[in-house]
Amino acid sequence: MALPDPRQGSANHASAQADPRDAIVAHLGPMRAFALSLTRNNAAADDLVQDTLVKAWKSFASFQPGTNLQAWLFTIERNTFYSDRRKAKREIADVDGAFAATLSEKPAHDGKLALSDFFVAFVQLPVEQREALTLVGATGYSYEEAAKTCAVAVGTIKSRVNRGRLRLIELLQLSADDALELTDRVTMSVVNASNAPHRFIG
Amino acid sequence: MEKKRPKSHLEEQIEENLRKAYKDKVAEVIPDRLLELLKQLKKQDSANGTA
Repeated sequence: MALPDPRQGSANHASAQADPRDAIVAHLGPMRAFALSLTRNNAAADDLVQDTLVKAWKSFASFQPGTNLQAWLFTIERNTFYSDRRKAKREIADVDGAFAATLSEKPAHDGKLALSDFFVAFVQLPVEQREALTLVGATGYSYEEAAKTCAVAVGTIKSRVNRGRLRLIELLQLSADDALELTDRVTMSVVNASNAPHRFIG
Repeated sequence: MEKKRPKSHLEEQIEENLRKAYKDKVAEVIPDRLLELLKQLKKQDSANGTA
């Protein structure tokens, strides 16, 4: 809660005093979601948002009014993530198992892909594909906006999105096939057991 | 027995989950420490007279 600053002018200066940084609070949700796609860990995601907020606040002069504030915040967020990761000299592979567990308590019986299964596949993707998919597939950024946010060429983003999608299909198809194959094998062994005597004797 | 899902269905499901995972996280209650941090930053600035 901010007390009125005695040094500020009278009420007719109210609009001039409005701090554009007050708009940041509205982007906390998206910042947390983007951070989670980078870190794959809820606690680490909030730490990342925290560091991002401090940097964004201090370097707000570099934000161009009228441009996309969220994209600007995302850029700082991913820069912070990558520079922390470089400092750590290793990819933090601390995938939040609890996150996947909380996503879907009940198994899907309607043929729909469970969110927990999706997350298990998603966290296996390289971070470049995770961020590209999140920006384009989840937030609805255009390839151009995503490319700008990640400071890479549009073609690079397109290829990361495509490779990420293919890999997800592969991973999820694989697990679907595994389940199917297992069922088939059990069914076949039952079928073989009942057929075998007739087929092979004689 | 359930037939193997056609690829396009899986692709649809992937897109849907991608959006849902993001949307669910966005909709979560913002932790107090983040809101508190913004207040602190603002307070610091007005104390320094740089707001």
